[in-house]
Amino acid sequence: MPLRVLCKVDLLSDSPNITTEALLSPERIESAVISLAREIKVRCGDHDFAFVGIFTRGVTLAKRVAKRLAEEGINCPVGTLDISLYRDDFDNEGTDLPRLESSDISFPIDGTRVILFDEVIFTGRTIRAALDGLMDYGRPSKIELAVLIDRGHREIPIQPDYVGEVVPSEMNQYVKVRFVEDDDKEGVFLVTK
Amino acid sequence: MSDLKPRKDLLDIGSLGLDEIEYVLGNAVPFKQLFQRSVKKVPTLRGKTVLNLFYEPSTRTSSSFEVAANRMSADVTNFSVSSSSISKGESLLDTIETLQAMQSDYIVIRHQAAGVPNIVANHTRASVINAGDGYHAHPTQALLDTMTFREVHPDYAGKRIAIVGDVLHSRVARSTSTLFHKQGIEVGVLGPGALIPEGRPAFMQRFQSWEDVFDWKPHAIYLLRVQMERQEGQFFPSVAEYHKMYGMNSDRLVSVRKLGAYLMHPGPVNRGVEVTDEAMSYEKSLISTQVENGIAVRMAVLHWLKPETQKD
Repeated sequence: MPLRVLCKVDLLSDSPNITTEALLSPERIESAVISLAREIKVRCGDHDFAFVGIFTRGVTLAKRVAKRLAEEGINCPVGTLDISLYRDDFDNEGTDLPRLESSDISFPIDGTRVILFDEVIFTGRTIRAALDGLMDYGRPSKIELAVLIDRGHREIPIQPDYVGEVVPSEMNQYVKVRFVEDDDKEGVFLVTK
Repeated sequence: MSDLKPRKDLLDIGSLGLDEIEYVLGNAVPFKQLFQRSVKKVPTLRGKTVLNLFYEPSTRTSSSFEVAANRMSADVTNFSVSSSSISKGESLLDTIETLQAMQSDYIVIRHQAAGVPNIVANHTRASVINAGDGYHAHPTQALLDTMTFREVHPDYAGKRIAIVGDVLHSRVARSTSTLFHKQGIEVGVLGPGALIPEGRPAFMQRFQSWEDVFDWKPHAIYLLRVQMERQEGQFFPSVAEYHKMYGMNSDRLVSVRKLGAYLMHPGPVNRGVEVTDEAMSYEKSLISTQVENGIAVRMAVLHWLKPETQKD
């Protein structure tokens, strides 16, 4: 059972109509990272592979899993990908002014087995954009997907290969992952408006 | 998240906030990195239309905008004065009406009269980007110059740049010096008396000679193009005289090299007038970087502006 905490958080405003539940504790996140690392080791351990994280927290997740694997003597490079320019909902007429990040894939990806990382998979559209972005860097031999949280509600046929936790959610809710590296706090939260 | 207000048009530098300048220059960096990939194109503006409307001859600015738009997957139409009905006497507003009917999302405009981009912007829902109007403004040039200078001097505040040449007729000088000044970069000018405006901004200090410039220890020297086509009167005795007095020759290059200063020029270069062949191959010339950064900055500008073409 998720622990229900009503608290002021940075996630959204502290309007009375918004509730925030803590879904995963820092310990649960750590064990999910360990299980992702274990699964990737079992399935890819004999091959060369590379990680590519989607900004911002996909990068953090990829680095954490890579660190686990490095402790077991398996080293793989970690690249970063900003998919803002590939989104299917880029709003050139609205108010959204995204700040772009520099993608950094400094290893050749042609013929490489690439595992993409994102913190949450929801509709699948972000991953669709990431696949387009990644393939503009080259032609990997295989692309797989690892996520910390699968919250369901796919809108396109994309499924993750490695999942830390499955979290049921409603369409009108938000699943927010917070990592200390990016947010000065750690946890997975379910926000209901 | 960003608290920037959306902006429809980019008409000058003076009206930009520092946060907007940081936003565009910050986004230009990832755009520039795309040029290292084998696929340099992104799908961001797929299905959008960019119209290049040039009432004055221009190869490099119009090509730069064209490349920028192409790399964002927009469709580009080039409309230039010699090949359109503008030369058949169509009025500006009729042209705008026609363009409106074509439903362009972005209009890049260069015109010999200052203020024309503002008029176009007020009469169209498309985003209007001023690519140079008379002696007034050339904002994307200023942005690319600033990006280029900041790349070599990340701690740019308090640095010094000397602008040399025809400041009077130069919208580049006007826009670029305004933006440098906004960034806390000091600006000095050197040029023939008739080409240094009397009413220049107070922050522009004037030098009488190259020696004065070198004593000031500038971090970059920005050579302006001698604009033969934009001078109705005689502002200096001859091109040879200009070169002798203000051109970047071998002797001056020695001093520039000793200072470790960078060389900038907006292009196209008049070799043998403002710069010699030798100076063109100076190892700290930023001229090609300016061209490259021009594309990145223009991509960032197209990405930033919000047309109102879908509004009722």
